[in-house]
Amino acid sequence: MNRVQSRLLQAPSVTLLLMWMVIPLGLTLYFSTIRYNLLYPDRTGFIGWSNYEFFYTDPAFWPAVVNTLLMVSGILTLTVVLGLAIAILIDQPFVGRGIVRVMLISPFFIMPTVNALVWKNMFMNPIYGLFASISAGLGFEPINWLSDWPLLSIVMMISWQWTPFAVLIFITSLQSQDQEQKEAALLDGAGFFSQLFNLTLPHLARPIAIVILIQLIFHLVIFAEILVTTGGGPGYQSTNLTYLIYSQALLGFDVGVASAGGVFAIILANIVAILLVRFIGKTLTVA
Amino acid sequence: MNRLYRATLGVALCAAGAGSALAGELTIATVNNGHMVEMQKLSTKFEAANPDISLNWVILEEGVLRSRVTTDITTKGGQFDVMTIGMYEAPIWGARGWLEPLDFGADYDVNDVLPAMRGGLSHDGTLYAAPFYGESSMIMYRKDLVDAAGMSIDDNPTWDHIRDVAASLHDPGNEVYGICLRGKPGWGDNIAFITTMANSFGAQWFNEDWTPALDSEAWNKAVNFYVDLLTTYGPPGSEGNSFNEILALINAGKCGMWIDATIAASFVTDPGQSMVADKMAFAQAPYAVTKKGANWPWAWALAVPAGTKQAEDAKSFIEWATSKSYIELVASVNGWGNVPTGTRQSTYDNPMFQEAATFDEAELKAILSANPNDSTLNPSPYVGVQFAAIPEFQAIGIAVGQQMTAALAGDITVEDALKNAQDAADREMRKAGYY
Amino acid sequence: MMMTDRQRELLKHRIRAALAWVIACLMFFPILWMILTSFKTELQAIAVPPLFFFEPTIENYVLIEERTDYLRYAWNSVVTSFGGTLLGMLIAIPSAYAMAFNPSRRTKDILLWMLSTKMLPAVGVMMPIYLICQKLGLLDTRVALIVIYALINLPVIMLILFNYFRDIPKEILEASQIDGTSTFNEIVQIVLPLAWGGIASTALLSIVLLWNEAFWSIVLTSADAGTLVALVASFSSPEGLFWAKLSAVSTLACAPIIVFGWVTQKQLVQGLTFGAVK
Repeated sequence: MNRVQSRLLQAPSVTLLLMWMVIPLGLTLYFSTIRYNLLYPDRTGFIGWSNYEFFYTDPAFWPAVVNTLLMVSGILTLTVVLGLAIAILIDQPFVGRGIVRVMLISPFFIMPTVNALVWKNMFMNPIYGLFASISAGLGFEPINWLSDWPLLSIVMMISWQWTPFAVLIFITSLQSQDQEQKEAALLDGAGFFSQLFNLTLPHLARPIAIVILIQLIFHLVIFAEILVTTGGGPGYQSTNLTYLIYSQALLGFDVGVASAGGVFAIILANIVAILLVRFIGKTLTVA
Repeated sequence: MNRLYRATLGVALCAAGAGSALAGELTIATVNNGHMVEMQKLSTKFEAANPDISLNWVILEEGVLRSRVTTDITTKGGQFDVMTIGMYEAPIWGARGWLEPLDFGADYDVNDVLPAMRGGLSHDGTLYAAPFYGESSMIMYRKDLVDAAGMSIDDNPTWDHIRDVAASLHDPGNEVYGICLRGKPGWGDNIAFITTMANSFGAQWFNEDWTPALDSEAWNKAVNFYVDLLTTYGPPGSEGNSFNEILALINAGKCGMWIDATIAASFVTDPGQSMVADKMAFAQAPYAVTKKGANWPWAWALAVPAGTKQAEDAKSFIEWATSKSYIELVASVNGWGNVPTGTRQSTYDNPMFQEAATFDEAELKAILSANPNDSTLNPSPYVGVQFAAIPEFQAIGIAVGQQMTAALAGDITVEDALKNAQDAADREMRKAGYY
Repeated sequence: MMMTDRQRELLKHRIRAALAWVIACLMFFPILWMILTSFKTELQAIAVPPLFFFEPTIENYVLIEERTDYLRYAWNSVVTSFGGTLLGMLIAIPSAYAMAFNPSRRTKDILLWMLSTKMLPAVGVMMPIYLICQKLGLLDTRVALIVIYALINLPVIMLILFNYFRDIPKEILEASQIDGTSTFNEIVQIVLPLAWGGIASTALLSIVLLWNEAFWSIVLTSADAGTLVALVASFSSPEGLFWAKLSAVSTLACAPIIVFGWVTQKQLVQGLTFGAVK
């Protein structure tokens, strides 16, 4: 395969994504500089930076940026750590491992809105939720999850759904780990942790990088779970950038400001992506 | 390879081909409320009577419906022939020429439609949406608990009295909370309720010059009262409660009182879903310094978007679904206790309805007393009771709603919350060019 | 009594197995609870404390059957998630192959750029896409969803396939290149069989992700092309309890993909190896 062929093969995906990027993003960039409110069709015209200024000066802007990052890092940490622990736990055969595996990956197949509704109403509600009943049974004051710990609650819901994804990828990779190497290490008297850090984790470096990257692109734009559970509150405590765009601009049908918000979101996403590449990108392409 | 691509793509596209809309096919967008579900069931009768019209139902979640319908109508998408809208949209869209004016035959008896409904769905005297069912807000309470506490609630209670009753009913040890009120942020959630409360404390959204009035003393008093009442005598987790969450609480016997949409009366008195069905009583929403705007009017109404090719068919469907005879049809199938209420005087005049419903008097009184054109103590420039019928209100409402929830959760003080709310409203109004 | 090493090992093994079972049950519990709730009445669904034992009812399912055309929604979900995946794979396989076997300095940048296209929040580009679909007459069609699905999943598919292809030994390929095979044949005859496991797993993953896609399917469809996600959304009501009904419709909506996931999980687990194929 020569250079030209290689380019030709890559052309469809690059071109299509470029179109996907250029047309909506181009339109988004264009809309972000004009007056464009669906409810005021008669108001038009170029207005420069004002949509950006309006979005940027929103008091919820910085909290939303921080929440976006907190949510993403919280979910990534939880899912990767839990995913690793579970994957290592079920790496060796035991009775009913097949069933356990099926049960473990099932949450990944649940729709995000259903996930949020189930957790909000059936588990986290401080009166008739299951958590409240359990803590009341143990004699504790029920925790008011969504009011007192809104961000944590959302992180928990989403981690429940995405931990199975991490498990799925990690168990696959663990199966290919060199058993002889492991046994040799065991004979050398290597403890569990030294084995984990010296053998298992290096072996899993690339799967971890991929899990993080894939989850990142899904979690930077979390929306449905927030809408269904907290509505971004109390205050701005669970408002992320996506939700801010929705609440502040889309509810007002101001396409101009919504577009400016979209541009901010993509800038943030790219900053995160670049930072991540610094840290974990190396494991991606060693070619 | 090109050929392979094309072939496969072709197969995929063919498999995906969708039927286009047929002539005589009406697409109706609505929500999953009980009365709408009933309408969908009974609509076979309409189709039987109009064999050249077939109906295509699109049921959407409320927020989605709102944004879909708005997007469709403002971009002239033409996806819907009949849309379910509320009292907030009807006058705004009517004014912009986005809805077909509705006028029906003499049989329809438009004067039978309650004036509060007609007024709220019209612009400049032209009706743009026909009310399918209407509601107001009122107080619903556990008569057994109130009696046991040696208290009573008269037909027009004051907020101070309600506070006393809440105190005597509040029994968190047995999981009974004095009062349940909306706390989830949203212009149609906590803001709808808090606005009626603020109205009765003498507050209003905007001054005559359209500057926001959230920094007024009246707002301060109202929100302080609300936060104090709900944190002292309310259930935990109020910050996430809106209509359905509280309905679940009250049906499970956890709330002493609740102030919300009158439609709730038919749910809390339904033994099929409520454990306290025979213990509920009703009164008008409480007031403080004025009864003006203390309860809201709202209608789920049907409208025809301008630009549909089947305006006549769409209108004849709306005429059918909002007519007297439709109400009689529901009564004949499900009994008078289950008819859509809040739209027509004739329903309330019907002795069979009066007998079947335990809440009819309170509901009618509430609806008749709500006046969108005069809802504040001092003069205000806007129309609407629990909202201001201007396009900016949705965005303002959600921003203010979040501040109210933050104050309720105790994250910030009421004073700070109102200050932030005032700033947010000011930003929106400035951007929209009001001043 | 002292334990022998063997006994200790056995005990350790048993504790691990028990722990795994406990965790699996905890993870699965919310789903079980949703299924249980779907057999309750609305009154039972809000009982305090929550009911574990009750007389099950199928009234919620009867209601769904009466009111909606479940099969049509399910079919739309199948067509759009499989169609989007197929289209995405057709575009991605050649590209990922080229990137993996003939990488340039910019390959990594291109991949990351692709991923970043997916980070743009859908609400931010809703209007442009909506307007484009409207102009092309594609609102409420499965074609629109398939094309959008292929595009939004393309970056993820590319990333996984690229990593999978990279593990195929180059020697095998180079050997065949000497024979003068065309690129097309190279893909079909050599790469596909070699990478079959990875391709299948990637496709399965993509199907699952698309099945649960909840933004575009709700924004762009109404009567004809609605998917199961739209069906679930339509069952929530602003005024009226719906948890039991919602649980029932959610169970119905998730059931096909859960069963699909269970049946294919062996395949799913085998193919997603990264840097592990020796």
